Parts: sequence; structure tokens; C-alpha cells
Amino acid sequence: MIRENQRRFGFDWLTIIIYLILVGFGYLNIMSASHTEEVTSYLDMSQSYGKQLIFVGISLVIIILILSVEVKFYERFSSVIYSIGILALLGLFVFGKDINGARSWYGIGSMTIQPSEFAKFATALALSKYLSNIQTNLKNIKDQIKAAIIVFLPAFLILLQNDAGSTLVYASFFFVFYREGLQQIYLVIVFSLAILGVLALKFGITITAIITATVVFGIYFFRQKKRTSLLQPVIILLVSIIFSYGVKLFYNHGLKPHQQNRINLWLRLEKDPAKLELMRKREAYNLIQSEEAISSGGLKGKGFMEGTRTTGKFVPEQDTDYIFSTVGEEWGFLGSSAVVILFSILILRILYLAEQQKSQFSRVYGYGVASILFVHFTINIGMVMGLIPTVGIPLPFFSYGGSGLMSFTILLFIFIKLDSNRINEW
Amino acid sequence: MRKLLLLGLVTLVGFVFIARLYYLQVHDAVKYSPLNDSAIKKEFTYPKRGYVYDRNGELLVANQPSYDVMVIPREVKPLDTLEFCALLKITKEDFLKTYDRAYKYSPRLPYVFLSNLSKDDYAVLQEKMRKYDGFYIQKRSIRTYRKSIGANVLGDIGEVNNIDIKNDAYYSKGDLIGKQGVEKTYEKTLRGVKGTKFIQKDRFNRDLGPFENGKFDTIAKPGKDITITIDSKLQEYGELLMTNKRGGIIAIEPSSGEILAMIAGPNYDPNLLVGRNRSDNYNKLYNDSLAKPLFNRSLQGVYEPGSPFKLMNALIGLQEGVISNEEKITCYAGYKYANRFMKCHCSIGRRNNLINGIQESCNAYFATTYRRILEKPENAREGIELWSKHAKSFGLGNYLNNDLAVGQKGRIPDRAYYKRVYPERFYSTYTISNAIGQGEVATTPIQLANMTAAIANRGYYYTPHIIKNIEGESIHERFTTPKQTTINKQHFQPVIEGMLQVYKKGTAKYLQIDGIEICGKTGTVENFIKVDSTRMQLTDHSIFVAFAPKDDPKIAIAVFVENGYFGNRFAGKMASLMIEKYLKNKISRTDLEHYVLRHTLEHEYEKPYSGKPFKINRETTLETVSDEEFEKLNYLKAQIDSR
Repeated sequence: MIRENQRRFGFDWLTIIIYLILVGFGYLNIMSASHTEEVTSYLDMSQSYGKQLIFVGISLVIIILILSVEVKFYERFSSVIYSIGILALLGLFVFGKDINGARSWYGIGSMTIQPSEFAKFATALALSKYLSNIQTNLKNIKDQIKAAIIVFLPAFLILLQNDAGSTLVYASFFFVFYREGLQQIYLVIVFSLAILGVLALKFGITITAIITATVVFGIYFFRQKKRTSLLQPVIILLVSIIFSYGVKLFYNHGLKPHQQNRINLWLRLEKDPAKLELMRKREAYNLIQSEEAISSGGLKGKGFMEGTRTTGKFVPEQDTDYIFSTVGEEWGFLGSSAVVILFSILILRILYLAEQQKSQFSRVYGYGVASILFVHFTINIGMVMGLIPTVGIPLPFFSYGGSGLMSFTILLFIFIKLDSNRINEW
Repeated sequence: MRKLLLLGLVTLVGFVFIARLYYLQVHDAVKYSPLNDSAIKKEFTYPKRGYVYDRNGELLVANQPSYDVMVIPREVKPLDTLEFCALLKITKEDFLKTYDRAYKYSPRLPYVFLSNLSKDDYAVLQEKMRKYDGFYIQKRSIRTYRKSIGANVLGDIGEVNNIDIKNDAYYSKGDLIGKQGVEKTYEKTLRGVKGTKFIQKDRFNRDLGPFENGKFDTIAKPGKDITITIDSKLQEYGELLMTNKRGGIIAIEPSSGEILAMIAGPNYDPNLLVGRNRSDNYNKLYNDSLAKPLFNRSLQGVYEPGSPFKLMNALIGLQEGVISNEEKITCYAGYKYANRFMKCHCSIGRRNNLINGIQESCNAYFATTYRRILEKPENAREGIELWSKHAKSFGLGNYLNNDLAVGQKGRIPDRAYYKRVYPERFYSTYTISNAIGQGEVATTPIQLANMTAAIANRGYYYTPHIIKNIEGESIHERFTTPKQTTINKQHFQPVIEGMLQVYKKGTAKYLQIDGIEICGKTGTVENFIKVDSTRMQLTDHSIFVAFAPKDDPKIAIAVFVENGYFGNRFAGKMASLMIEKYLKNKISRTDLEHYVLRHTLEHEYEKPYSGKPFKINRETTLETVSDEEFEKLNYLKAQIDSR
């Protein structure tokens, strides 16, 4: 760990170095995944890796800009930045461009910009500002609602644009709320509902109800404390049964077929072998190819640009959401573990730094950054390795895409800037 | 404590991911090789298959191009199907069916739409092909048999089946492999080694180019040409003589064991098993359960050898000293033993010495000899063991261990065999039929020919084989080292003299060829079969063995004609003609030739299946072929003569 007096210009260089390694390594993998024939020029603008190099360059400029701006700017202008973000999202409904069924992009010439990426740090800034307000108390239900609105507004707009994956990322702010004093009961409720939902889908409502009843009454009867009326557990049971129905209904009618199939595959609900085979060819195709590509990498991998499945473009979207399968195939267990470890260290480092902050604004923001990175990291790699259902969100710093790379860079470096100032916070 | 939630989760997720990676990449990983990578396609380059020449350097088997119409369904554009079908000579239903199959196989991959176009069809089609998008013509190499002879010798090639692939990792689906004959036994020599190209594929299975710039690729090694021991002219002549008959002829060069001719009747044109109609034709041949054209009677036909086996008994008798050249044995028009009687053609009271015994094929003489052999040791069981050891030293009763694709052991009964049949008591008279080559003795024509060659060599033989020369390789030494029999050289002299007398005065006296001293022996074997589980007797088999010339044998031959009746009726004539053809390259006994070609035995073969009562042997009449057929055969004969 770098001691305070070793921090040049006050920046946390460990974070910066990990950032640079991830971006550099990510770039190599994009090159592998997107090159078609011999690589002629690294700046070949017809190729993803050529464009990505430009984005890396722009990101470096952005970093310098962010680090040179007066630190108070971010706190003061957070509401403005948030408003711009929301306006940009609203503007999509009028000026947006449809790509892959989602209306999430602005087209400027041949370039596209995805405002939902930038809305993340805007939301993080706004939330930090609100939560760090001396009058805000998260134990207070009114304040809870206000805070929730700050998060739900962009999330809702993004959902309307048909980008469910990006919407899910906003759930990461739950960790921030919890850290900043949201009651324990919320955590219990969120986890219970998640488990209930999975149980209801996997085993059906009756079995779920039986399990719930056993647990609820078990807790009631074995509680050593004074017994209250039976009403409380009965109500909990009823609510959970209604919730199970709701989940079932939502699964059957609320979800789009492809979303339904992803969950179906994940929970292995389909028993008919013929249909399963069809699903393997359609919905599960990405997943199977991606797992096979990772698996074929073995311990040491096939080497840079040597991945046969990567070269053969067996994994669709391999330079964007499925970039981690390239890492797995070409760099093997050693390389992909290194990536996992680097991400974990980065997130833990940000958490550590966040806890060190003296200003609540910086701490909440840092926590937000860590949460957003964590959710992206977990969902993306979990999906690529088949641990969770398919959700199309990018792997930070790795996946191809200018908006993604730049927004993650901004997100991270605002925090580095905030952090660099903590000595002067008094 | 609230700080710990996310911290704990990050750590947990990190560990779970690494565990999952370990499971996928280390625990579950298959050892990587371009061979088991589904992203890498192996493409084979097939070398030229070796040619086959006969002993005189005449080309028998070569390769010819064949043209397949291929289709890639996705690239097919609407076309004039009627015209296209007319060009390919298929119906519209066929077209739709095949197209459908191709599409189901894969819309993006080439599929054989129509295989083995004839050269003429190809010529017509080639010019119009560019009108049909998605279709193209692919050239392949298939076999061509320059002469329509020797199907049973040369064999054929066909696609490997699952068993071939399982047994030999070299083969993969669609490869060709020798199925019968020389193509089968010399498969590895003829085929060469195919080359492999590794090609990087994309997810639609389209080629992206060589994998790793061809680092793993190998180059095909061409197959070697081989020369076989067959004399194609003699083979062709033999096949002509065998027309309309069933049976086998094997001719061997005694001084080398080289097989000069190997005829199996009925025969078929080897070109039937080439090209587009291969499977139809093969099924037709395979399903002919009566004539069994795929059954190589000269190698697989196990028959009782009949009288030629008397030569064997004479040799054993002389070796064991139980008979002598001079001793005369009286024949009572048969031989009485126990309460039974074995008939003989001799007149009552005729006294035969060894040479007369062979010449007249006297049953009584050889029954006596056989009994004496068996009774020489303490008991008959010892005797039969002694007897069978001598017989087996001539290559009888076991596989010859040669380079032919099929074979049969035949049977020379020994002590162990009779222990099973007669566990209690065993006397020499129990098996007296063995004396005249019937009963438990059974041989294949090639074994009989080999026995004759051993007699011609006066005591040794070379394992009969088909390979004469392989480009740049030497012939296996098991074919070049002589095998000694257990009979001393001096004992052959009287037996050979007897065989000479068979031609001079005996059972083959009408088959003499001017200027050639032929030694031979006739045979007639009773023939029982079971049809629908009723045992019935059919006309005897006609057998003949011979070698010539007597003092410097160039050819030893065994001829077996099913239901041909007595030995010199068909087999003897055919053997004499074959010998004359081989030694003199022309036929003086055109009367014999005429007889053999003119007569057919097809009606004999139909008898047991006709469902009507029928007569055999003496009571049958020989039938002749139609005049057109006879003319055709004569035309073929003239062709052979002119070569």
C-alpha cells in the first residue's frame, strides 16, 4: 500500500496503475477479438481496435481534464451534471437512434454516443450530493423516497429505451444506501424477495409457499422472546405467496421471450429435450460458445491472437459484452484469474479509499463507484461463464465501446480527484 | 459493520469466479490440439492410389476421374429446374428430395448432389454449369479396371464403414478403403498416406484460410504400384472356361508359389463395383444367395477333395513303409471292411501295384494303404495322428497364411478330432472314407493346388501368394522360403509316375496334349446338400489336379467344378486346356475347348430349388448353351487367342 507521503500530487497511483493495466490488456483483447486478417495498422479505423485506440487517447485527455479541474467543481455542479444527464436521456426519445432494438444512442456522423453510460456517474454525483446534505437522514422515509427518485428516474428512462441490462446497474446504488444508513430490514427484504422469486420460478408456488411457511413459523415458534400474535407471520406468508404469484405472472407475461428464455436456461426449467436442443442452438448459443472458448484456453491459454474460436468469431459480441471469453481462450486460467484478481483489488482499493474520506460527499461517491464497478464486473463475467442469466452489460475498461470506456474513466477519475484532495479537506 | 457487506461480496465474487475458471479451464479442460478443436477443420488431400499390374507388366487397375455435382444450398438462385434435371438425368422429385436433404445437412456447406457423372454427362454439363448458381462440379479419383477380369482377385474399393474407422484411426468418414481381393490385402501399400490441411473456420463453418499458416499440415504420400503374380491372359482364359459353371481354378507356379490364375465361378465384371451404381450392383451380387458371386470358391470353397487325395495317402504309405512300389493289391471291385463294402470301378480280381492304383484310381488299393498307415502304430488313434501330421505338412487343414483377403482352413482330422467324434473306441475302419478323399477330409481348391505343387517340387512348396513386386519393397520372406513336407524326395517318383499314367492310360487318357507330359489325377466327389432341412444328393463334383511338364514343372493346377459329375468330364478338360494355354500359348485340343464352352451346368444348379423331383449323375443329360451365347463365347475366345 502506498503511504500518504508517497502519493505524488496526492493521486492514488495503485488505482491508476490497475486502471492502465486493465485498459491496455482490454485493448489487446479487443484487437484479438475483432481483427479479421493480418493487422496492418493499429490505427485502422475500419476495425474496432483502431477506433478503440482513439477512445483510449480521448480517455487520457479526459483524465487530464478531470484531474486539473478544481475539486469543488464536482460537488457544486453535481445537480447540473445530473440534469444534463436526464435531459440527454429524455432527448433520446426524440433524436435517438435504434441499435439492436434499443433506443440508447445518439448518432453523430459515424460515431454513436450512449448517454445511459454517462448517466451513471451523473447519478452517482447527484446522489452523493443529496446524501451528504446535513439534513438528509436515510432513516427517514421521506428522504428515502427522495434518494430513490434520484436513482429511479434515470433507471426508468433507460428501461423505457429498452435497455434492461443498463437499468439493472442502477440497483448497485442499493449498496450505497445501505452503507449510508438504510435500515437493516430493507436488506433482509431484498434478499428474501430475491430468494423467493428464484424459488417460485424453479419449484412453483406451492412448494415455495410450504418452504416459506416452514421458515416463517419456525422462526416464530422458536423465538425465545415474548410471543406476539400469530397475525405477523400469517401476513408475511400471505405477502410472500402473493409475491410468488407476481413473479410467476411477470415471468410469463411481463418478460420478453428472449428474457424469459435466458432465465429458463439459467434455472434449467425446460425439461423437453427437443426444445432444450433448440434453445441450445438459439438462446444458449452465445453462452455455450463462450464457455467452450474459455474452457479451450486451459491453464496457459493459446496465446495472443492465437485463439482459434476468437479468430473464427465463434462467440458473437466477443469484442463487447463477451470480451472475457477472449481472455479465457488466449490467456488461459492464469490470465483470466489475473483479470479477476485485478478487478477485485481495484474495487476493494476504492472501497478502502472511500472509507478514508473525510467529506461525506467523497465517501458516498467512492462507494457508488465501487458499487457500479462491482455490479458490472459480477454480472458480466458471471454471464460469460454461465453463472448467471444473460444480461447485456459491458465489462468496465475491457469491452469495446467509446461511451463505455469514457464514462467508466470519468466515473473512476472523478473519485481519484476527490480522493487526492482529502488531506486538504479540513 | 455496514462497511463489510460490499467488501465481503467483492471478495466472495472474486473467489467464486476463480473457482469457476478453475473448473472450466483446468478441471474440465481437454488437452488442446488442433485435432480436437471444433474451430479447426481438417481437410484431406488424397494421394494417387497405386496401380496394379499383372506378371507380364500389363496394367490391370488404374484410376479415372469422376465428377460429382456439388451444391451449396444458400447460394442457389432460382433456376430452370426442368432443364437442369434433364441435364442431370434425374426427375424433379429427385431434385427436390436431394436439395431438401442438402439443406437440412447445412445451408452453408457443400453437399454431394449427384455423384459419379459419366464423362459424357460431364462434358455436356460443364458448359452450362455457370448458369446454375450454388452448383459446381468436383473432380474425384475412382478406380478403373482395364480388363473385365479377375474381380475376385483384384477386389474393389468403397467407402469406409464405422468398423473400419474404429479399427484404424487413419480413416475418417468418406475415405475409400479396399473391400476385397488385392485392394484389401495391399490397402496400405496402394493407398499411400493422405495429407492433412488444417483450416481455420468461422462460426458458420466457412473457411478463413490455413490454420497457423499450415504449421501442422502434412503432405500426401502417393500409393505404390504393385505387380501381382496373375497371368492376365491365363486368368481371362480360365474365366472363359468357367462360364456357366460354378467352382474354382487355382494355377500355381511350383518353383515360386506364385498364383498364375485364380478363377471363381460365377464371376462378375469388376467395373460393376465402380462409380455411381456401385451400391446397387454390390447389393445385387450380395443378395444372390444361390450363385454367390462374391463367394470366392477357389479360396473359400471347402470341398471333400476326392480321389486326388489318394496321392496324399500313397505318399504317406510310402514314407511309413507300409506299401512299396511293386506290391500288388487285389481289388474285388471294391473293398470289404467290417460288414461294409466300398465299391470300385476295377473289375473283380484285378491286381494293382501303386502306379496302376493311381492310374485307375483304385479304391481298394488306397483303402488298404490307409488302414495299414493307421494300424502301423500301437493303435488307430496314434495312427491317425501320424497320418494327419504328414497331410498337414502339405499345407492342408489350416490357413495358408498368405496374402489373399479370404481363406478357409479346410479339415484334416487328427487324434483330437476323432476323440471328440468317437470318445469310446476308435478303429481304422471307422474312417476308411478318408482313404479316397471323402468323409472328414476337406480342402479348398487353393490347398489342393498347393499340394499338387508340392508333389511337382518333389517335397516342398512355397506359400502360394499373389504379390510379385512392390515398388521399392521386397516381398515378405514367408513367400520366398520353401516349406518342407515330411515326405522324403524319393517317394515322389512313383506317385508322379502314376500321375503321368493317369494321362497316358488312365482316367484322363482322352485329355492328352501333344508334346506336354502332364501328370494329373481325376476326382469325383459325392455331393449332398440340405435344402429346407431335407438332405438330398446332387450330381457329383468334378475335380482335377495336375502339373506339367513332368520333369520341370511350370504350372500346378487344381480345378473344381460343382456338379460337374466325373473328374474328366469338366475339371480334367479345363485343367488340360489351362496347361496348354499357359505352356504353349495356343490350343491344339479345340475339341475339349468346344466341349467346355458349349455345355452349361446352370440347369444342374437350379434342380434342387425347382421343387420338382430330379435325377443325378448318370441319369442326367448335359445341356448346351444357346447358339448366340456360344457365338459370344467363341468371340471372346478369339479375342484371347489374338492377344
